[in-house]
Amino acid sequence: MTDRGSPILDTVDLALRIRRHAVRMANRGKSSHIGAVLSIADILAVLYGGILRVRPEDPDWADRDRFILSKGHAGAGVYAVLAETGFFPVEELRNHYANGSRLSGHVSHKGIPGVEISTGSLGHGLSIGVGMAFAARMDDRRHRVFVLMSDGECDEGSNWEAILFAAHHKLSNLVAIVDYNKIQSLKPVAETLALEPFAGKWRAFGWDVLEADGHDHAALAEAVKVPPRKEGKPLCVIAHTTKGKGVSFMENSVLWHYRSPQGEEYARAMGELGVDVDAE
Amino acid sequence: MIRALEGLAEADPDVMLVTGDLGFGVLTRFSERFPRQFINAGVAEQNMTGLAVGLALEGKTVFTYSIGNFPTLRCLEQIRNDACYHDANVKIVCVGGGFTYGSLGISHHATEDLAILRALPGITVIAPGDPVEAAAATRAVYRTKGTCYLRLGRGGEPLIHAGEIDFQVGKAIRLAEGTDVAILTTGGILDVARNARERLAVSGLSVGLYSVHTLKPIDRDLVVELAGRVGLIVTLEEHTVIGGLGGAVAEIVARMPNPKARLEIVGLDDCFSSIVGDQEYLRSVYGLTADAVVAKVQALLTARRR
Repeated sequence: MTDRGSPILDTVDLALRIRRHAVRMANRGKSSHIGAVLSIADILAVLYGGILRVRPEDPDWADRDRFILSKGHAGAGVYAVLAETGFFPVEELRNHYANGSRLSGHVSHKGIPGVEISTGSLGHGLSIGVGMAFAARMDDRRHRVFVLMSDGECDEGSNWEAILFAAHHKLSNLVAIVDYNKIQSLKPVAETLALEPFAGKWRAFGWDVLEADGHDHAALAEAVKVPPRKEGKPLCVIAHTTKGKGVSFMENSVLWHYRSPQGEEYARAMGELGVDVDAE
Repeated sequence: MIRALEGLAEADPDVMLVTGDLGFGVLTRFSERFPRQFINAGVAEQNMTGLAVGLALEGKTVFTYSIGNFPTLRCLEQIRNDACYHDANVKIVCVGGGFTYGSLGISHHATEDLAILRALPGITVIAPGDPVEAAAATRAVYRTKGTCYLRLGRGGEPLIHAGEIDFQVGKAIRLAEGTDVAILTTGGILDVARNARERLAVSGLSVGLYSVHTLKPIDRDLVVELAGRVGLIVTLEEHTVIGGLGGAVAEIVARMPNPKARLEIVGLDDCFSSIVGDQEYLRSVYGLTADAVVAKVQALLTARRR
């Protein structure tokens, strides 16, 4: 146990485990959004493996850092990282998407230790995070609030309301991480509602902005380290990612926003993640 | 309402007021007395509501404040997914229920809010009938866990209650007892209901009058008791006839095996109120006056006697 509340883990190994769980969950639950989960596996591993001050044995610890997955459709990734870091048994991941299970497709806080907020409709998480960050500062608390967003989600006007508010109120205890994989639901972001100049937009709204390779653990950890880079500004980390990262045939493909890996595709995907499904 | 809120904020430093850039003059004193507990979220109701949820989940009791449909319909999904689903202590205050802002046009007529908000699981919906009820309701929603909707007029509504009232969430207030007819009403149109009752009483009818300030959870026991006892229940609301007070009462009466009462729902018919006029004028256009209620009751009772 360190002063961050939980032990520093091998984040590369953790990311690999998240990816394996996610592909298994997508296979077993016949669920969609695997591409979106693989996109954020490294971000989740870096956060839960060494950045977030959280206590798996005491998930409601008052001084924990708050983490909100605003792109709720990638909930499988959060369930996987919470299970791997000891918030609940890994075996429970088998119930993802199952009738009567707690683990819904979009991330749910009901009865699941470690999940702050249920999301699923896009454009909600950042505002809630803004409120949490405001309250923390009001009460002179030291924890930080992290919100992981998608790029397509930045189409939602509510986010820009929150972005205005966070800068105006100088919420330097707030970190927004955008999973910028550049593919949204039907088409590339650039062909849907172009976000570029994306970093420039956040800067113009008054945020401190860093861009990082969203699969480079050292770069991600450097971007979100304590203390914050600039006093008086919330931080946006634009994480350049690859949708479907880690499984070659899922990478940069809109198809895998929806498709569930079955049969041969499942075996191939798991094989690329170092697992022989026939031996499982 | 705002005076009651100041009292709460003084006693509890975790009480917060977040406005969507409205309340000129009205909120000034609060913002000056309690600057730490006051936020102007700007003209951004979705963020106002999400932000309120974040604050509430960190231990605050947060009143969001705006007019008409802005704090409700504009950010309905934030109320549903973020506030209600997370049992957040967010108290949504709408100023300008019904035709309060009549002349401003339909954008400012809150005439479907009760039905829409009432449909959300886990929410408490309250529309006080006069300033005394409004102050009591403010204190009541503070004490009530979870998400609440408080639908107000604009202040200056006629005072109906002379003294202290026993305001309990989910418990209607009886203003008069009657055996022939019961008038149930919600919100600031209570004075119209009172006038209608007085005139019916003069005509020799025994008419009860109830302020059903809490629309959800509704006073089911009262509705069941009245429906088994009187010949006619009239609901009156400054709101569409779909799904508001009339709807809530109908949901109860329709499930009773043998209700004695027939039910008449008086409200705004299923239309947009596009006629220009102040509150009183619009009430008269859409049949929400004491005259209209009296005429309706007399016609229904005459028809029944035949």
